[in-house]
Order: sequence, then C-alpha cells, then structure tokens
Amino acid sequence: MWFEWTLAVRLLREGRAQTLLIIAGIAVGVSVIVFLTALISGLQASIIDRTLGTQAHIRISAPDDVARPLREADDSALSSRIEQRAQRLRSVEQWPLLVEELDRFDEVTAVSPIVSGPALARRGAANRSVALVGMEPERYTRIVPVDREMKTGEFRVVGRDILIGTILAQDLGASVGERIRLETGGGRSDVFTVAGIFELGVRDLDQRIVYMGMKPAQALLDLPGGATGVDLRVREIFDAEAVAQRIQRRLGTKAESWMVTNSNLLDAIAAQSMSTNLIKIFVAISAAFGIASVLAVSVVQRSREIGILRAMGTRRPQVLRVFLLQGAIVGLIGAAIGSLMAGGLIGFWQAMGLARSGRGAFDLMVTPELFIGATLLAAVIGMLAAVAPARRAARLDPVEAMRAT
Amino acid sequence: MTTAVLELLELRKSYGIGTPVEVEVLHGLDLRLEPGEFAALIGPSGSGKTTLLNLLGLLDRPTSGDLLLLGQPTRELDDDARTALRGRRMGFVFQFHHLLPAFTATENVLMPVMAASGRPSPAAIREAESLLDAVGLADHRHKKPAELSGGQQQRVAIARALMPNPALLLADEPTGNLDTHTADEVFELFRRFNRERGLTVLVVTHDPRLAERCDREIKLVDGRIVSDERRVGRQR
Repeated sequence: MWFEWTLAVRLLREGRAQTLLIIAGIAVGVSVIVFLTALISGLQASIIDRTLGTQAHIRISAPDDVARPLREADDSALSSRIEQRAQRLRSVEQWPLLVEELDRFDEVTAVSPIVSGPALARRGAANRSVALVGMEPERYTRIVPVDREMKTGEFRVVGRDILIGTILAQDLGASVGERIRLETGGGRSDVFTVAGIFELGVRDLDQRIVYMGMKPAQALLDLPGGATGVDLRVREIFDAEAVAQRIQRRLGTKAESWMVTNSNLLDAIAAQSMSTNLIKIFVAISAAFGIASVLAVSVVQRSREIGILRAMGTRRPQVLRVFLLQGAIVGLIGAAIGSLMAGGLIGFWQAMGLARSGRGAFDLMVTPELFIGATLLAAVIGMLAAVAPARRAARLDPVEAMRAT
Repeated sequence: MTTAVLELLELRKSYGIGTPVEVEVLHGLDLRLEPGEFAALIGPSGSGKTTLLNLLGLLDRPTSGDLLLLGQPTRELDDDARTALRGRRMGFVFQFHHLLPAFTATENVLMPVMAASGRPSPAAIREAESLLDAVGLADHRHKKPAELSGGQQQRVAIARALMPNPALLLADEPTGNLDTHTADEVFELFRRFNRERGLTVLVVTHDPRLAERCDREIKLVDGRIVSDERRVGRQR
C-alpha cells in the first residue's frame, strides 16, 4: 500500500485547488451533520428530561375492574350484552410485598408507592377539583424531585401538612401556613395546612396536585392501608417499556411505562428524528456527488499520468486503490475540519444561549461518538464517491491515455 | 541458437473487428531481435509503426500471431502478468518525456520499482542515483520535471527506462522533440548503454538521420516489413 498511499498523497498535493475544494465541501457537510445532530438530540433529550422530570418512568396500578359474564358465550342462540363496570378506586394488592420485590429489580432505580384520587379543595368561596397524591417523601422525591422545586415554604408532608402548586395556591388565594379543606366523594373531608408551594413547571400539575402523607390520603380516599399505585424510575429511560412488560409478566400486575402514556411525544420525536435523518442523508449524498464529480474531472486531467504509471508497470488494482485512497483521505481531512467547525459552532451557540425550547436553554448533545461517527462516515462516503472515477481510471488504456497529451 | 530478446510470429493487428470498417493494420510480421542489437524501425506515418510499438510494449494485444519476449509467449497472458512483464523486462522512452510532475527526478526513476514492490530499498535508491549520474544529471536529482529542460527530462526518462535493468529498451521518437545537439547527446546515451551493458535497443523513428546511425534498419510500409538490413562494420 506504500506506493498507492504515496501516489494518492502526491496527486492530492499536486491538484491543490481541487483538493481544497473537495475538502471544503466535505467539511461543510460534516459540520452541518454534526451540528444538526447535536442540536436535535440535545433538544430531544431536554424535552424527554423535562417530561420525565415530573412523572414516573413506569406506573404500576391495580388491574381494571372487568365484568365477568357468568355464562360463557357458546353457540346457543342467546342474546347478551356485557355492561362495562364503573371503575372504583382500588388498592394494588399486597403492595408492600410488591415494593420489596421491585426494590430488587436491577433496572429499577427508585420505587415509590402512592395513594392518589380525586378531591375538591375549598377555601372560603373558592373551590377547585384537585388530585390528591399521598406518598412517602424519601421514596417519592427520587421519582419527582418536588423538594428541589419548592417556591415558598418547606417540603414537609407530615400529619396535616400538605404541598400545593403555585397555580392552585393562586386560585385558592392560599399562602404558606393557611388552611384548606379537602373533600372527597362519600362525604369525607378534613382541614389541612399548606406547608409549602411548589412549581414543577407543568401547568396541569401546578394547578391540580396536592401532596400529602400516605396516611391522610388513605383516610380521605377510604383506602385504609392501601396504595393505588407504585411509581418506578428505571436506569435506561428507553428500556422502560421492556421493563414494564417484564414486571407485568413476573408480578402479574398492571405496569404502564411513560413510553405508552406519552406515545404522542415519542411519535413527535420519531418524526423529528426522521426528518433530520433525511436532511443528513441528503447532505451526505450531495457531498458524495461533489467528491465524485471533482475526482472524475481529476481522472480525465490525469489520464496521461495514469497512462505513464500503467506503462511503468502499475497494475489496474493499484490505480483503483490510488483513487479510492484519495477519496478516503479527503473524506478524513474534510471530516476533521468539519468537526472543528461544528465544535466551534456548537460552542458559539451555547455561549450565546441560542439553544432554547419552551422554558429556557438546553445543552447541545456533544459526544465523542458523534465526531468519530461523522469522520468514519465521511471517509466511507469519500471512498464510495471515488469508486466510479477510480474504476474509470483503472480501465484507462495506457496507449489511449498517453496519447491524450 | 540463442534466445531472441524479441520474436514476432505472424503478428497481425486489426481495428474495428466485427464492424463494416474493419481494417488490418499489420499484415503478419515476422521478426527477431537478438541480444545486444541496436536496431531502428522506420517507416512513413500511417505505416503501422505506432501500432507495432504498442504491441511490442505489451500495451495492446495482437489479433493473431504471437510475440515472444525472451522466449516467453505473451498472447495468452492476462493484464496483470503483462504489466509485470512490462515493468521488469522492458524500458520505455517516449517522444514526450512522460514524467510524473508530482515527483522528483530520483522518484521518477524509481517509479517502476515502486510500482512493483512498494517502498524502494536503499540499494534501489543508490541505483537510481547512479543512473542519474550516468545520464549526467547528478546535480538535478531532487528537481521536479517542471524545473528541468527538455533534454534533461528526456534523460531522466532514459534513466527510468533503465532502472529495472530491462532486456529491451523501446524508444518511440526519443529525439523527436529535441534540438539537434540535444538529440545527439540523447542518442549517444542509448549507444553507450548498448555498448556498456549489452542492452538491446529498438528505436522507432521516421528520422532517417537517426536510423542511419543504428546497426540495423527495419523498414515498415503499409503494415509489412519491406526491408531489414544490418550495417556490418559499424558495429562496436
């Protein structure tokens, strides 16, 4: 390969303007691809992160109540209609055992039983429908870090202390230390003290959630000793669905992952990924055509030299390799420069705080794999683009080639 | 009888085979070149000189007949084998020097070696340098072709042709592009290598002045050898 390598490098150095042209083309292509990838994956990571910041990766709940017909349907002529049952609030059976079991799951990093149900919050003339969430603070904060999102007051849910969101606080005109009456169906009601006000940044949650201890929630919802669900966090967020299914099979409970409950979001992200991938593919293709056409011109210009080389005992495969190598070399150099350009652009973007989505800035996702991948891709594309010109060079008849003076 | 350096057997070449304009350019040539001969192939333009030269250089294939290089038939060889044989056994000097502009004089001389076996050995580099010395370019080893005069370029090309220590040197109008004085110098180089190394030389030219100074004159007209005379008494 020494000979081919030397020739490729010399030819590239000789045709300086063409070489620079190709390298510039590849550099631009690579920087677009790298930058776009960093931007989009950063944006997606931030969206997912924010979505999952306020919800469990997997929620385990009691199975739905189903109507069980006493008669199995057979082929006898019998008209039947099965009424759907109204779903009542039910506890997950044997939840303390389940929690213990789930704690032992390798992929599961946090487990938190919760008691949740609907209620009405009253203060003076104002009343709002809310969602009660009774939880164990040490466990729950590992699912949703409410303790880090406190606006005023403190994170405390012992006894009659509750936490409410900023919007609910505004709606009820309640501030820290004030009392709120909570009523649930069946006429149960009690008075609680607002210990703190949180802001999770999701309107629906800040408007509806009321956090309290397990015990008072169980009392209000008439589920003594019960838990309506168990929230889980998993190590790899995109494994959540697989883990949920495994839990469902192993423990026989209903387990729903965030990927199912947020399928719209995932669809949007998938669509976004697809469109950016299309852009990347077309950038790569146009770069490849650029390389191919410049190399094709170079083969024509160099036909005389190729003829000389052939007359000097250079074999066809050697000529082929010389041109493939040229493609690979310009691919690599172009990718290196393109990566630097993309790095600079990413740094600039971050420094200027241009990467924003909805609520504030997000980080562009920059990984070494991205640069390595782009570089290898460019080298391969360079080589592929060189195939046609290289074959043409190798096919050149030395006699014809040398006559083309 | 010694093995001929080059032997042509009923060599024919046609162009446009299978088309209405099929033309036979060479009509069955027979020829032997013995080791150490210094021969000229002359003929007017259109006589088939270039066609024959391409066949001799294994750059093209005959339509029928065969070409033996050092006794080895070449008709059936594939492209790689022909290329290898060309690289090892033959040296070429063309009308236009045909040096690679991206390489220095020494590197151009080393080109056949590098093509065959990669990075040149120190011995090969010394050999190339001594060949450049022999053609009088000791001071121009590291210059690129563009920095050399026409005569100097042609001398680099000769050194390159001699690098693989070929059995046969083919020269196509080697002086066609040079002034008389430089042409004489270049011709003398061929003479010297023929004398000193026993190199077999075949010069293709339409310059009768040049042909006269060779030991043997083969005349090609309309694709046939019409005369082939050895000039006795001029040898050595």
